Amino acid sequence: MNSKITREHILNLLHQGLREDGRGLENYREPVTIEYNIAPKSAEGSARVRIGSTEVIAGVKMEVGEPFSDTPDEGALMIGVELIPLSNPEFEAGPPQIEAIELSRVIDRGIRESHVIDMKKLCIKSGEKVWTIIVDIYPINDAGNLFDACALAACAALKSAVFPHYDEKTDVVDYKKKTKNKLPLGDMPVGVTVIKIKDKFLIDPTTEEWENLDARLSVFTLPNGNLCALQKGGNKPLRPEELYTMINLATERGNYLRGYLA
Amino acid sequence: MIKRESGRKVDELRPIEAKTGVIPRADGSAMFKIGNTTAYAAVYGPRELHPKFLQNPETGILRCSYNMIAFSGSGERVRPGGNRRSKEISLVTEKALLPVLDLSQYPNAVIDVFIELIETDAGTRCAGICAAALALADAGIPMKDLPAAISVGIIEDQIIVDIDANEDCDIGAVDVPVCVLPRTGEITLLQMDGITTLDLLKKVIDKAIVATKEVNKIQQEALKKRYQA
Amino acid sequence: MGELHIQPKDIVVPGQILATGMDYLPTYDTFRDGDHIIAARVGLVNVDGRLIKLIPLNGRYFPKQGDQVIGRVVDMNFSNWYVDINFANDAVLSSRDTAEFIDRGADLSKIFCHGDYIVAEIAKVTRGTVELNMRGPGFRKLGPGKIIKVNSTKVPRIIGKQGSMITLIKEKTGCKITVGQNGLVWVSGEPAAEIKAIHAINLIEQKAHLEGLTDEVTKFLGAPA
Repeated sequence: MNSKITREHILNLLHQGLREDGRGLENYREPVTIEYNIAPKSAEGSARVRIGSTEVIAGVKMEVGEPFSDTPDEGALMIGVELIPLSNPEFEAGPPQIEAIELSRVIDRGIRESHVIDMKKLCIKSGEKVWTIIVDIYPINDAGNLFDACALAACAALKSAVFPHYDEKTDVVDYKKKTKNKLPLGDMPVGVTVIKIKDKFLIDPTTEEWENLDARLSVFTLPNGNLCALQKGGNKPLRPEELYTMINLATERGNYLRGYLA
Repeated sequence: MIKRESGRKVDELRPIEAKTGVIPRADGSAMFKIGNTTAYAAVYGPRELHPKFLQNPETGILRCSYNMIAFSGSGERVRPGGNRRSKEISLVTEKALLPVLDLSQYPNAVIDVFIELIETDAGTRCAGICAAALALADAGIPMKDLPAAISVGIIEDQIIVDIDANEDCDIGAVDVPVCVLPRTGEITLLQMDGITTLDLLKKVIDKAIVATKEVNKIQQEALKKRYQA
Repeated sequence: MGELHIQPKDIVVPGQILATGMDYLPTYDTFRDGDHIIAARVGLVNVDGRLIKLIPLNGRYFPKQGDQVIGRVVDMNFSNWYVDINFANDAVLSSRDTAEFIDRGADLSKIFCHGDYIVAEIAKVTRGTVELNMRGPGFRKLGPGKIIKVNSTKVPRIIGKQGSMITLIKEKTGCKITVGQNGLVWVSGEPAAEIKAIHAINLIEQKAHLEGLTDEVTKFLGAPA
């Protein structure tokens, strides 16, 4: 629940170009860290991302199954976030709330539409057997900006992913035997959320800043500057010039975050 | 003497790593890792219990939730959403922890304990209970003791302490998860999966009491470590 | 006959045996079980004559009559406000217990509304119900500033002996600071000064149980903002 003096405090500081924790408006909290293979015995790929004290883990599982009928020589991809109550006293157990659904679908679009995974390379036998890549993302501590942390964790998990052994004759996946074949990946997309409070644009909002936003824009970008997903949120409208400012900011900050994936 | 694939002795525990305060937003939290089984626990509360009809004006209630994340299994992906197994484990976890708590000073309130298994290699409910006990202590909730749990197995009439998934799969293996209150040796969790004799079960319990004392030492160190210079 | 199993200022954990025999007596957060005195929480243990005392190092706030607290208004009806004081249950503030005279049927939200922070006193604690009082000096609705949450067990250290620590922070930063026993702290001043004051408070919270804290805080505050 928001409170007046918290909102006033944030607005007063922003008016002077300042933030409650002393950061620049366009700075991520520090440190930003990525650990790879945090669940090496159980996941085909996994990672832990920390942005300030927000901590998120993601894991990749791979399955063999039938392709969709309209894409017989392409694999499948499923990406989702589960907002587990462990990470935030306001999350409830049970079926996904709208926040989890939005997060999941936006991150899924960002990664899918970037074509970072060439889906044709996931084909084992056209029309019969393809790989399905499933990325599950979980916040461990929610201190704000789950969008960016979850997106980064998903990409990092994909980066560490290795195919398990698959026997085509018996159609059995041996998860205990890992191959040396990494998931074939192209250019990595990065998701950055920009929030607008009054006339200021902020990167990496804390929980209090997020609760006081007027509008927000999540942007997925590729190294060449192309955009591969957009999502506007918040109750107030955005003028086109504001949109373009936010997209440019997100692109530049996306390159900063992408540096951590190298 | 049975030979364990891992090379461990029959009453040797896997390496344990325990840490508290890992989830700053929670009132109390802990990570408990034994071998390749990793459990996180977060405590929220005591806090107001909703919906109101669940409230008890005489006492607070303890609500435990055990869950395995999708990529925690050593084989296929675990389908999200609870199932009957995780609901049962949530229940026995609550029963394992309740005896050390006095919730009468928190009427109408709830203490929520969320347990998530990040990696699983057998002994998951026990790791979850160990993490939950630490998280409750980390939350400053008064406790009469610090519960410690371990899975003991019987394979070919041999008592094996802290069985891993490989050993659990052996034909005829009996799996006995036990939670013990280290100070008094009282038992707050006891389940069994398999067939055995009372004599062997007595040996299991003796070994469990010894093993949980060892686990308890590590739990104590984890709690103290946070406050040492 | 009695035997101590700990040294003063040892860190102890739940279930740990502190003393044996009938010579010693348990106090808050310790208890007797047969021949032993046992710790119920993580804390620093001390012996005061025959009394075994434990200072908890963590844990949520438990309201005590007379405590000054900072709370957030979360609900109201015709005659009461309901205030979140960081405890298991919300506290109640009756319209008769404020400094202002309030007509019957008046709109309470005109005085304090949802999300307002107030400084009040714990008037009465009975099982499950906490009553607040705002009649008295210093009790008021809080104005613009930053609210932070610290562990309530650290509040005595943040205030210091006779307020020495909090006064030090106020003087060196020029901030107005109000501390609630329930762990909520209100800080108001110039932006850079606020950040410095909050860092100092966080520093105390982390190192409350260690030696040399006053010196460390003084040194930290001495550096230019």
